[in-house]
Amino acid sequence: MTLTRAFLAIIRRDLVLAFRRRAEMINPLLFFILVITLFPLGIGAQPNLLQAIAPGVIWVAALLAAMLSLDGMFRSDFDDGSLEQMLLSPHPASLLVLAKVIAHWLVTGLPLLLVAPLLAVFLGLPSHALGVLLLTLLLGTPVLSLIGAIGVALTVGLRRGGMILSLLVLPLYVPVLIFAGNAVQMAASGLPVDAQISILTSMLLLALVLAPWPTAAALKMSIH
Amino acid sequence: MFLIPDSFVRFFHRMASPPHFYALTERLMPWLTAIFILLVGSGLYGGLYLAPPDYQQGDSYRIIYIHVPSAWMSLFIYTVMAAAGAVGLVWRIKLAEVVAISSAPVGAGFTFIALVTGSLWGKPMWGTWWVWDARLTSELILLFLYLGVIGLYGAIDDKRVASKAVAILALVGVVNIPIIHYSVEWWNTLHQGPTVSKMDKPSIHVSMLVPLLLMALAFKVYYLIAMLQRARVEVLQRERSAQWVRNKFFGTAS
Repeated sequence: MTLTRAFLAIIRRDLVLAFRRRAEMINPLLFFILVITLFPLGIGAQPNLLQAIAPGVIWVAALLAAMLSLDGMFRSDFDDGSLEQMLLSPHPASLLVLAKVIAHWLVTGLPLLLVAPLLAVFLGLPSHALGVLLLTLLLGTPVLSLIGAIGVALTVGLRRGGMILSLLVLPLYVPVLIFAGNAVQMAASGLPVDAQISILTSMLLLALVLAPWPTAAALKMSIH
Repeated sequence: MFLIPDSFVRFFHRMASPPHFYALTERLMPWLTAIFILLVGSGLYGGLYLAPPDYQQGDSYRIIYIHVPSAWMSLFIYTVMAAAGAVGLVWRIKLAEVVAISSAPVGAGFTFIALVTGSLWGKPMWGTWWVWDARLTSELILLFLYLGVIGLYGAIDDKRVASKAVAILALVGVVNIPIIHYSVEWWNTLHQGPTVSKMDKPSIHVSMLVPLLLMALAFKVYYLIAMLQRARVEVLQRERSAQWVRNKFFGTAS
């Protein structure tokens, strides 16, 4: 089997598995919506206030939803041993890992984009900022999946890795949150956001190149 | 390897052996302690007694003799930890793994001290305990990175595997620290503007600089002491069934 076919086969397999268990796919989305709903209830429904905090709140909620969904990335493959087979294959482990991360993002990260417009309406985000919000989500959530994969790979062998996973991953999410949140805020006040978008793009490219590498090393360590 | 002198290679190979490391550090410890007391004594005397009060900040500036060296150490130790972790990953040297994990709590301690002293200094200067200043914020995130390393090491039972995990995490952290630092700086300047009156640095006077450098050296030696003590305990724990540990603590009867 060539590398390209192995790569595509892993993505297809993971997508099929995900669609057979649709309930798990919906969970991060519901979490995303629920957290956003809690904010007006907690701080009061003044439109000005909500509009001011909307970019930050949407991004923090997206970040938490992405983090919660991480745990499933390697869990079932680790439990049934297919992860071991994958790492034993002649293809570079980092690329196969990248395929798994892409598949994971397609089922957990991409749907966040679909509900984001609804949530932007909930919080009264100006409609001209919506495009930038979607663009930052499109560029930012893959970075979250890629960085998160390192954390999951380090903790997949642990029985209770959930808490420690958030401790490992959240500090590394800070730059994405800063630039994405800021871009949406700037767009809401009608300012140009080229710089933030360029930096987010470079973060995505950097993560695409660098992150699969430690992830593969950490998976090999977790399996030992 | 031909670029490295032979004696240097031999030193490393011997340091990589736990019994030799244990014996050597036992002999070094009194010397290190003496140097530390000397440095910290002269540094504090120079900083708290000899150096004149600042013309603007009065005596409150003297906290820099703790704060600045701690902040320097917090980054320095993370770098050492990642470097030791990398050595452990590449050459599988057990002692490098031990040094990496023994550094983490010391580094977290220095980071915490830097945060607390920064906040104590901020109260009279900025009028509030906490400002989302770029440096304070990135120091806080550095503390979280340290806590992640310590937490991960504690969560994995097999300590050899745990050291590998910690090394990978520390290396990922080292790549990320500059990114985090600069994004926080950028975030801060965008949100607050230059309202935070940062201490202008009118080239610090020699009578203030010398104690500061002495304290920085003292903290480095303290780190060495604390890290080596932790490393010695860690080595004993890992090698508890080895012959040399038995010989050392229960006599030669076997």
